[in-house]
Amino acid sequence: MSHKSSFMSKKAVDRTISGDNTFTHRLKCTYTRKNIMQRFSIFSLARNALSYHKNWQEHWRSPEPKPEYDVIIIGAGGHGLATAYYLAKEHGITNVCILDKGWLGGGNTGRNTTIIRSNYLQDESAAIYELSRSLYEGLSRELNYNIMFSPRGLINVCATEHEMRAFQRHAYANKLAGIETRMITPAEIKKMVPIIETGKNARYPILGGLYQPRGGVARHDAVAWGYARGADNLGVDIIQNCAVTGILQRRGRVVGVKTPKGEIKAKKVAIVTAGNTTMLTDMAGFKMPIESLGLQALVSEPIKPIIDVVVMAGTVHGYVSQSDKGELVIGGGADPYNNYAQRGGITSWEHTVRALVEIFPVFSRLNMMRHWGGIVDMTGDRSPIIGLTPVKGLFVNCGWGTGGFKAIPGSGFVFADTIANGRPHPIAAPFNMDRFREGRLIDESAAAAVAH
Amino acid sequence: MLLITCPVCGAVGDESEFHCGGEAHVKRPASSKPGNVSDESQYEYLYVRNNPRGPHREMWQCVRGCGKWFNAMRDTLSLQFLAFYKIGDPIPPLPGKKSATKTRTPIQGRRK
Ligand SMILES: Cc1cc2nc3c(=O)[nH]c(=O)nc-3n(C[C@H](O)[C@H](O)[C@H](O)COP(=O)(O)OP(=O)(O)OC[C@H]3O[C@@H](n4cnc5c(N)ncnc54)[C@H](O)[C@@H]3O)c2cc1C
Ligand SMILES: [Zn+2]
Repeated sequence: MSHKSSFMSKKAVDRTISGDNTFTHRLKCTYTRKNIMQRFSIFSLARNALSYHKNWQEHWRSPEPKPEYDVIIIGAGGHGLATAYYLAKEHGITNVCILDKGWLGGGNTGRNTTIIRSNYLQDESAAIYELSRSLYEGLSRELNYNIMFSPRGLINVCATEHEMRAFQRHAYANKLAGIETRMITPAEIKKMVPIIETGKNARYPILGGLYQPRGGVARHDAVAWGYARGADNLGVDIIQNCAVTGILQRRGRVVGVKTPKGEIKAKKVAIVTAGNTTMLTDMAGFKMPIESLGLQALVSEPIKPIIDVVVMAGTVHGYVSQSDKGELVIGGGADPYNNYAQRGGITSWEHTVRALVEIFPVFSRLNMMRHWGGIVDMTGDRSPIIGLTPVKGLFVNCGWGTGGFKAIPGSGFVFADTIANGRPHPIAAPFNMDRFREGRLIDESAAAAVAH
Repeated sequence: MLLITCPVCGAVGDESEFHCGGEAHVKRPASSKPGNVSDESQYEYLYVRNNPRGPHREMWQCVRGCGKWFNAMRDTLSLQFLAFYKIGDPIPPLPGKKSATKTRTPIQGRRK
C-alpha cells in the first residue's frame, strides 16, 4: 500500500471550538496539507467494506529523518504528538519531526487509565485543564478520528470529614473559575452508582462527593493515533525506534540532536519525554526538579455494564471506570520509590483493590486480568513544567506525573504556541520551572490524593 | 515486590513492611546566617534530586521492625538492591558507569 503524496493550496480557516459555556477559543487555523488524508466517514467505511477493509490507507508514513528541521520534538507520546499537530496547524510550522525511542504512544499515553477532568484547585491549573477538557469535547471531529471521548461524569467520593472540606473548597474554586462541578450527597451518589456501598457499617463511609458532569474518559491510543495521523497529514515526520542520545549545542544554543540514525539539526528542540525527562536534561546539562516513579493500573475481566460514571476515592487510593469492552479499569497511587522499570510491586495495587472491594462489594468475585506500569515524572507541587530552559532554543514539557492524559490537547496547544513564538503562552507561563526557585508553587498535591 | 533486609535489626520483609524516604545523603545548606544560603542551593535542597536510571542511594525505614532509618543502594532499572547500610556507615560507591546521571558528591565520613 503506497502513500499518495501531493500538495494542496493553503487554506485559512477560522474556527471556533467551544466545549461548553466556560471556554470559547477562537483558533485561527492555517491548513498546509502535504499529503491527502483519506477521511473517515460512513461513505469511506462502506467503500472499504467492498474490498474487505484491506485497502485502508496507512495512518502515517514512516519516513527517514531529513538532515535538518525547524523543530525537533523528542517523545511521541500524546503531548509531543499534540504539540506537533498544533505547531503545523495553528502556526504553519510543518518542517517538524518527532523522534521516539520506541513506538508512538508506547509510553504513559498508552498505559494510562484515561480519566479526564478539570476540577483542580488552583486558577493556573483550572485554566490549562479546562482548556484541555474543552478541546477534548470537539477532538474527534477536529481530528476526523474517533477518540471515544465519553464525558460520562466523574465523582470524587469523600470518606472523611477532612476530604469533604477539601472538596467543598474545590467546588468553590471551580465555581469561581467557571468550571461546572458541585458537591453531591450520598443519596445522589447511590442513585448514580447503585453498586456503591453507602451503608452505615461501610468500612469507608461515603459522606458525599465532588461531581463533575462533563468529566469522563477517552480512548488513550486513539488520542495518540489521531494526533499522529493529523500531524503526519500536515507534513510532520514521525520517526519511531530512534532514541535521542545527545543534545547538540553551540554557545548556549541548541543546534540539533544525536541519534543512532545520525545527527539531526534544528534551531528549536522540545523535550516531551515524561518519566525519561531527566535523561534528556542530563544530556543538555541542567537539572530538573523531577523524580521518576512507577504508576500501575489493572483491568478486570469484561462484564456487563455495571458502572457508568468514573468514581475516584482519594482517601483509599483507588479509582474505577468501565471500558466499552466491559473491563473495569482500576488505578491507584504511585509506587513510592524511584523506578524506571515500567513495572511495579504488588503492594500498591493490592492496597487499591483491597479498598475498592470495600467500596464496591460486588467486585470481590471478579478476576483481574492484566496489570502494567508506566514511569511518571513527579514534580514537587504535582503540577507540570512547561516552557523555556537554560539552553536557548530548547523547550521542555514534562512533570505531568500521574495526571497528564487529560491535559494532552491543552498542553499541546499552549506548548506549540510557546515553541513557535519563543516565549511562554499565557496559560503555560505560570508553569515555568523558575517557580520552584521563587517559591511560587502551583500546589495540586491534594488534587485528588490519588494518581489519575 | 522489593525484598528488603534491615541492616540495623536484621529483619527481612517485603516493601509493604518498610517505608521509602527518598534520596539519601541530601545535605541541607545550613548556615548560622540563613540569609547566606543562596536561593539556588535552597532550591536544590528542596526540589532537585538525583533521578538516575540505574544505581541510586536512598533512605528506608524499618516500619514494622525496629523503626530505624537506614540507607540502601538500589538499581532503579532492575529494581535490585545492591547494598543495605546503616546511617553513618561509609557510603558505598555507585558501581560502574551504568547511570546516566552524575551524582552529587557524597558527603564523606560519618553523618548523624
Ligand atoms: C498507570 C497510569 C495511569 C494513568 N492514569 C491517568 C489518568 O487516568 N488520567 C490522566 O490524565 N493521566 C493519567 N496518567 C498520566 C498520563 O499517562 C501521562 O501524564 C501522559 O500520558 C504523559 O504523556 P507524555 O506524552 O508526556 O509522555 P509519554 O506518553 O510517556 O511519552 C513520552 C515518550 O518519550 C519517549 N522517549 C523517552 N526517552 C526518549 C529518548 N531518549 N529519545 C526519544 N524518545 C524518548 C518515550 O518512548 C515515550 O513514547 C497515568 C499514567 C500511568 C502510568
Ligand atoms: Zn529494623
